[in-house]
Amino acid sequence: MAMLSFERKYRVRGGTLIGGDMFDFWVGPFYVGFFGVTTLFFSLVGTLLIFVAAADGPTWNPWQINIAPPDISVGLGLAPLKEGGFWQVITVCAIGAFGSWALREVEICRKLGMGYHVPFAFSVAIFAYVTLVVIRPILMGAWGHGFPYGILSHLDWVSNTGYQYLHFHYNPAHMLAVTFFFTTCMALALHGSLILSSTNPAPGEHVKTPEHEDTYFRDAIGYSVGTLGIHRVGLILALNAGFWSAVCIVISGPFWTRGWPEWWGWWLNLPVWR
Amino acid sequence: MIGFGLKVAGAVAAVAACFFVYLTFGFPPVVDTQSGLRGTGMAQITYPSTVARLRAANVLPEAQPAAEPSGEKSSAVYENVQVLGDLDSNEFIRFMTAITEWVSPQEGCNYCHEEGNLASDKLYQKIVARRMIQMTIDINSKWKSHVAETGVTCHTCHRGNPVPANIWFKPEPDSRMATYAGGRAGNQNRANPAVAFSSLPGDPFSPYLLGATEIRVQPTTALPRGQGASIQATEGTYGLMMHMSDALGVNCTSCHNTQALNDWQQAGRTRSIAWHGIRMARDLNTNYVEPLTAQFPASRLGPTGDVAKINCATCHQGANKPLLGQNMVRDYLAALRP
Repeated sequence: MAMLSFERKYRVRGGTLIGGDMFDFWVGPFYVGFFGVTTLFFSLVGTLLIFVAAADGPTWNPWQINIAPPDISVGLGLAPLKEGGFWQVITVCAIGAFGSWALREVEICRKLGMGYHVPFAFSVAIFAYVTLVVIRPILMGAWGHGFPYGILSHLDWVSNTGYQYLHFHYNPAHMLAVTFFFTTCMALALHGSLILSSTNPAPGEHVKTPEHEDTYFRDAIGYSVGTLGIHRVGLILALNAGFWSAVCIVISGPFWTRGWPEWWGWWLNLPVWR
Repeated sequence: MIGFGLKVAGAVAAVAACFFVYLTFGFPPVVDTQSGLRGTGMAQITYPSTVARLRAANVLPEAQPAAEPSGEKSSAVYENVQVLGDLDSNEFIRFMTAITEWVSPQEGCNYCHEEGNLASDKLYQKIVARRMIQMTIDINSKWKSHVAETGVTCHTCHRGNPVPANIWFKPEPDSRMATYAGGRAGNQNRANPAVAFSSLPGDPFSPYLLGATEIRVQPTTALPRGQGASIQATEGTYGLMMHMSDALGVNCTSCHNTQALNDWQQAGRTRSIAWHGIRMARDLNTNYVEPLTAQFPASRLGPTGDVAKINCATCHQGANKPLLGQNMVRDYLAALRP
């Protein structure tokens, strides 16, 4: 498959978490493994169910297809397929697929003797999704609090769920999450532009080394976090963005039911100036 | 590696964070009611403790025992009966007893009536009370679009207080309005309970519940066509909506599917009831409350000399239906729904 001639690909046996050698092989460039099979299974079943559920709906317009969770009155029980049951099964498939993919990443890390940073990072994204459709609904006592699967419908859900707390921008964890998202973008932009500037010098100039990269930021702001450090910074910023997103939605409802502006009453009521 | 001191500091910070979360947040379980189609995120969410507090705060006073009809009109028995004159005189006394319990339980009859001369109009409280009785009757007959058959009594707003607990005055004009730094255009950016502590304009009442400013801020076309509503009009509207939500203990999705706040097709029945409610408050403030301004002593007036006025919280007091929808009028039909 698409590999450059100088890219050599090593294929290391072992490191599987489950099944021993059973699925320890590659298809083209892709490592399969037990979790590759389960990823494929859950993704296929889930996607097909999305089509089945969409066929039951009023439209094939991809923007408007909507697969909604059950009514809140269903609580944490099972709903009939056409009244939220599809949403429930699709949710199981999605978690199965995302979890399988993370474990497949773990197996690849084990084969190569690497750290688990990539699957850990992906797990934060899975955690945010599970928070939305499992943890928060369980805390609130109804699957109906999960978000619907649909391009526009899930945005409408976000809008209404925000308005459940009158003004979501006052949600302290939302503030943190937004800040981390923007800071992640800034860090990535600074890092990407720095590397490109050092490896794409003006015509006639030599390609520069990390010494130049460090020196650029030492000249500019007096400090360079370093070649390895910038990746730690980037990872911690990005994971915090996902983590605080999950926190900001899980506290809305289970841990605060009124308008978010009112939550800041603790600040107004500090004994210093009350 | 991490030093001992740092570990201790970390542990202290973690404990402090736990306390902070415990003190500033609530905890499950929650009570939830769906207010739209499934999956739209339209739901009312609250805590059982809030529900219990509302129930306790909205226990109805016991109805006065039924009166034996005297067969005589109150106007024939008593002097200077300008309203409720057609009421049976015994029912009239029963109703007066109820009013005392609802409005001035501590102060008694003499809160409104001159001691020894019940017919006198000397006390301003009596003049106000007379007008308020007319207002209550008017609400129960003219504003069924908002109060339905449940209706209102004096108790709906007063709850044992001579002055209802939830009223509003026009705010003092900001002396720094004309400056750039520190000016609070429209009383904005204060921690103001009138707008549920948001940064929205601090007087959401004057334009909408006294003035007849229309709420027309949502575009009706997907793309902008010409000049839309101003940001001031929009923020003013949102300020009023914050008040309504707060006063009723509900959130925006009680009345709106927020993907199109203006669309009646996607709105709950609650929204049309609220629409009439805005007009009812406006009607009462304009036709009943404001004209009484001259009757009140200065101590009862607001910072700009205006009379205490009605908003949604005056009746609702944190409940989506005042008194949780319990009907009190049925015990006083003769007086309050003649």
